[in-house]
Amino acid sequence: MAEVTLVEAARLAVLQEMRRDKRVWVLGEDVARGGLFGQYRGFLEEFGDQRVVSTPISESTIMGAGLGAALVGTRPIIEMRIFDFVMCAMDELVNQIAKIRYMFGGQARPAVVVRMPHGIWRNSAAQHSQTLESWFTHIPGVVVAVPSTPADTAGLLVSAIRSDDPVLFFDPKNLFPMKGEVPVEIAPLPFGRARLAREGRDLTIVTWSAITPAVEEAAATLAGRGISAQVLDLRTLWPWDEDAVCRSVARTSRLLVVHEAVTTGGFGAEVVARVTERLGPGALRGVARLGQPRVPVPFAPPLEDALKPDAAKVVAAAEALLRG
Amino acid sequence: MTAGDNRARLMALYGTMCRIRAFEETALAAHRAGEIPGPLHVSIGQEAVPAGVCLNLRPDDRITSNHRGHGHALAKGAGVQGMMEELLGRAGGHCRGKGGSMHIADFSVGMLGANGVVAGGIPIAVGAAQGLRLLGSSAIACCFFGDGAINRGPFLEGLNWAALFRLPVLFVCEDNGVAAFTRAESVTAGPGVVARSEALGVPAVSVDGNDAAAVDAAAGRLVAEIRGGGGPRLLHATTFRLLGHTSTDPAAWRRPGEVDAAREKEPIARLRARLLAEGEAEATLDRIAAAAQAEMQAARAAALAAPWPDPAVAWEDVQDSGAVRGAL
Repeated sequence: MAEVTLVEAARLAVLQEMRRDKRVWVLGEDVARGGLFGQYRGFLEEFGDQRVVSTPISESTIMGAGLGAALVGTRPIIEMRIFDFVMCAMDELVNQIAKIRYMFGGQARPAVVVRMPHGIWRNSAAQHSQTLESWFTHIPGVVVAVPSTPADTAGLLVSAIRSDDPVLFFDPKNLFPMKGEVPVEIAPLPFGRARLAREGRDLTIVTWSAITPAVEEAAATLAGRGISAQVLDLRTLWPWDEDAVCRSVARTSRLLVVHEAVTTGGFGAEVVARVTERLGPGALRGVARLGQPRVPVPFAPPLEDALKPDAAKVVAAAEALLRG
Repeated sequence: MTAGDNRARLMALYGTMCRIRAFEETALAAHRAGEIPGPLHVSIGQEAVPAGVCLNLRPDDRITSNHRGHGHALAKGAGVQGMMEELLGRAGGHCRGKGGSMHIADFSVGMLGANGVVAGGIPIAVGAAQGLRLLGSSAIACCFFGDGAINRGPFLEGLNWAALFRLPVLFVCEDNGVAAFTRAESVTAGPGVVARSEALGVPAVSVDGNDAAAVDAAAGRLVAEIRGGGGPRLLHATTFRLLGHTSTDPAAWRRPGEVDAAREKEPIARLRARLLAEGEAEATLDRIAAAAQAEMQAARAAALAAPWPDPAVAWEDVQDSGAVRGAL
């Protein structure tokens, strides 16, 4: 075990897999100089410019060429630089990558990983801070990964690279400096299994990605006030760990979903709906969602802070839920 | 090349074009009879382009195609029965009835798929070429698209990319002068695809796309340059779509006499006239055309008798992780 930052954990995972499998390569803007965040530092020197390909700022072709290369048997890691730029490659992602296996009757396996560092990036404003992961859960054909710790990032990346499914990997970019233990040999972490971040009995808080540390901080605060919150970090949104969430809510009967994304139409709505369908409305004494209001992410620090979910808002939402 | 070799090539072109024409005429009849659901885009009049290009490709070369892709698939060697059954939505279709005409693919012959999005196949072909090179293969990628595609971003991105990385890609622009229902010239500024291609560093040549022998010769030169490590090339083939955008478009928007004039130059009759002038027996050519018709009609009859897909197949081949069954 070594303590490393989240971005270094991601680097180590890809490094391990590129050493293991010569078919794995990476393409995207600036990857040969190490990537925007250093997540590919040293790769050019080790793997050469055929496997570490710095590309033009041509998002459609970064995505589409990754697909084409997968169709002939390579396993590309498609680096989108930051999530917001994937909007320039939506045809290639949604119409092509997500559909091609199905549409061609199973002839194709688009084994790509699309890395999209997402979420609020301190004071980077509306086009560099979006959190739209719920859109992609709506698209059949893809896996949606939203890790929040160094170890989970590494393990899920290994799974993503080895998967024959296209995996949309949402790196939590605001958490890149966060430190944690990562094993020397990184094992694949299965998709669809939540991480139990904290045991509790009074309410269940479901969360994922960059907001997770704030939720864990809130749960510690709540504990100091005599409220025991069970915190589940979903780690992947498709597939997602319905069983773990339902087991927890069946016990606590209160469900709070916290995500950095806009609340309206967020994946929290799906979590609440599924839990209600499975347990029945009578099993629930309270449900709530906490996310961003339906407002773009603003630039100035006080504006960003006003809208962004944080530990204090989680504490307030949990206390309101218990009072209700 | 000897005269005999040349005759054999012309006969191969003629045979491929007759099969494409017969396939699409049969498909149109099946569509009119209600046997083929959904839209059908045929390429009648454009057969010389896929025939001439694909005669220069190897089995391990890959192609991508567009929504008007029956000819590309057939010329690359896609199985006819699997194609016809796909058009009829049957279980034995290449895509198990999940794609239809607009999504024909036959990976077993390097046909990486038709595409419902204009220019959608361009980045895929570019990436296929990059992947092939990474794997150490000497195969190339070839990408068919229409004149409408040159106004989409992926055309500009893909050509720049292929030139930048000197990828083994043959871009083939089938210029039939119409983007769906709109004359290409009314929506395309500047001097056209060749100039755009050369501006992006991809050498390009124009050819009469209704002259199969000329397409074959031009494609042969370009493919040789690509295989020699010269990087990408673009072939601009002018042709004419004799029918409407889809099988239900009567093309009433055409100028009077325009289609009749184009019929005079259609590629199969032209090659036939040349072969006859060179001494080929008319009976031989008739036999090739008749055999193509018979092959496609037999495929239609067999497809009509073939089973529909089991509804359970609708759930299959979505994804491995998180596959759903039942209500969700």
